[in-house]
Amino acid sequence: MLEIGLDIQRIRKDFPILQREVNGRPLVYLDNAATSQTPQQVIDAIVEYYHGYNANIHRGVHTLSQEATDAYEEARKKIQAHFNIARSHEVIFTSGTTHGINLVAQGFSSFISEGDEILVSAMEHHSNIVPWQMLCERTGGVLKVIPMNENGELIIEEFHNLLSDRTKLVFCNHVSNALGTVNPIEELIDAAHKVGAAVLIDGAQAAPHINADMQALDVDFYTVSAHKMCGPTGVGILYGKEEWLNKLPPYQGGGEMIAEVTFEKTTYADLPHKFEAGTPNICGGIAFGAALDYLNGIGMDNIAQYESDLLQYATEQLLGIEGLRIYGTAKNKTSVISFNIDGIHPYDIGTILDKLGIAVRTGHHCAQPIMDFYKIPGTVRASFSFYNTKEEVDILVEGVKKAKSMLL
Amino acid sequence: MTITEIQEEIVDEFSMFDDWMQRYEYMIELGKSLPLIEDQYKVEDNIIKGCQSKVWVHAELDEDKLVFTADSDAIITKGIIAILIRAFSNQKPQDIIDADTEFIDEIGLKEHLSPTRANGLVSMIKQLKLYAVAYQTQLN
Repeated sequence: MLEIGLDIQRIRKDFPILQREVNGRPLVYLDNAATSQTPQQVIDAIVEYYHGYNANIHRGVHTLSQEATDAYEEARKKIQAHFNIARSHEVIFTSGTTHGINLVAQGFSSFISEGDEILVSAMEHHSNIVPWQMLCERTGGVLKVIPMNENGELIIEEFHNLLSDRTKLVFCNHVSNALGTVNPIEELIDAAHKVGAAVLIDGAQAAPHINADMQALDVDFYTVSAHKMCGPTGVGILYGKEEWLNKLPPYQGGGEMIAEVTFEKTTYADLPHKFEAGTPNICGGIAFGAALDYLNGIGMDNIAQYESDLLQYATEQLLGIEGLRIYGTAKNKTSVISFNIDGIHPYDIGTILDKLGIAVRTGHHCAQPIMDFYKIPGTVRASFSFYNTKEEVDILVEGVKKAKSMLL
Repeated sequence: MTITEIQEEIVDEFSMFDDWMQRYEYMIELGKSLPLIEDQYKVEDNIIKGCQSKVWVHAELDEDKLVFTADSDAIITKGIIAILIRAFSNQKPQDIIDADTEFIDEIGLKEHLSPTRANGLVSMIKQLKLYAVAYQTQLN
């Protein structure tokens, strides 16, 4: 049942790193929520760029510069198409999700007055909490938290209670990195818009699994990282509605983002360049485009279906281990399993699994408030991608059993 | 015994093991047998930063020797501390300051020595040496 529509063995051959060994055993890479692996097609795009047309983009008169500019702008269009974005200048290249969030948080300083409220969900990554705290410190705004239940689902009634005409911005991740919960962002967006609040969604954990449609969602801002979607690190995008991007002040000063400069006054460039100061990660942007080509070649729906089957299998198998508890049991979740075993520290399990060639993440996953909620120091998190197999799930389960027998 | 002699003894013990699993099983045993730190010392001030698991270390002078007690909420980390304490506890502060830690490499735990490793073995060694420096100053 797991092989529906996907030839996993062929797909696995696209990823050179999956052929390597760790501690004398075949690598079982289950840390995809931290970063995904890179297929040869994306590595080729990076190599071709440096072999063939590495040059600084925009305004260059020479051929290489033109070729690099074309490829970079082509990548922007691929991203536009992938996320069904109305206009290509609503795609702002960033260094990743954190950069995108900070860009919006910084820009919103102008729109937040004392007593205005910003709502964030209880299951945010640290990178999603700190910029808003800083914004509130600067402006006198108030940060309010949308609580979650034991299953790791947002308590939507509480969200509606918190929402008022003082709410200026709602911020939530589409998918929780620590729990895998898919949040009902459609409902959040609709309700927030009714009170005139803007919505920023962190799509870092959702974009690798869910085909997010910006126009259908009608979201104001959405931000993703390429490295979680088979692309390279250090690049991502912020989607913003044109009207919002025009309203927001520039984030950083520098080259690329200006139209005219005199010592008296500078006029800013049009979108998207207003937010793209300095030489961007050109190669990274192009490689992000190649990564989207790769994912779309497989098909996001096929990926979602396969990962959902894998999640179900892994959940059943892991729950067969006595004393194992899964954190994050939302009805709607991506292929992430956060767990602990009674009486064992997650760090110990992670260390033994590493010796067995299995890469998982342990710790608080930069989501300390979630760990405080469950009163645990952290969890072991196994996160699956479309190139993982049922056999790898079995290896994980055996590894956890082995760790348990050694540690208890 | 001197620190060097104890370290040699530990290296000898570990050389009996053929693979990582036996080494880790032994380390886990050591962790379980680590004499517990008194609860009054398991406080925020005694936590070593830079560890994914919590590590508490307490040091006190017994005449001219420094005695360490410690604990961790992770058993492998506890095993590592047990090895360190065996090598460094009940020694003169100056000897602790002067001691090298290459035996960690020799017993096959080199991977834990990386400064970026989440268990913070490097932070632990640094903390033990800092205690030694502090108490050496006191003895002077």
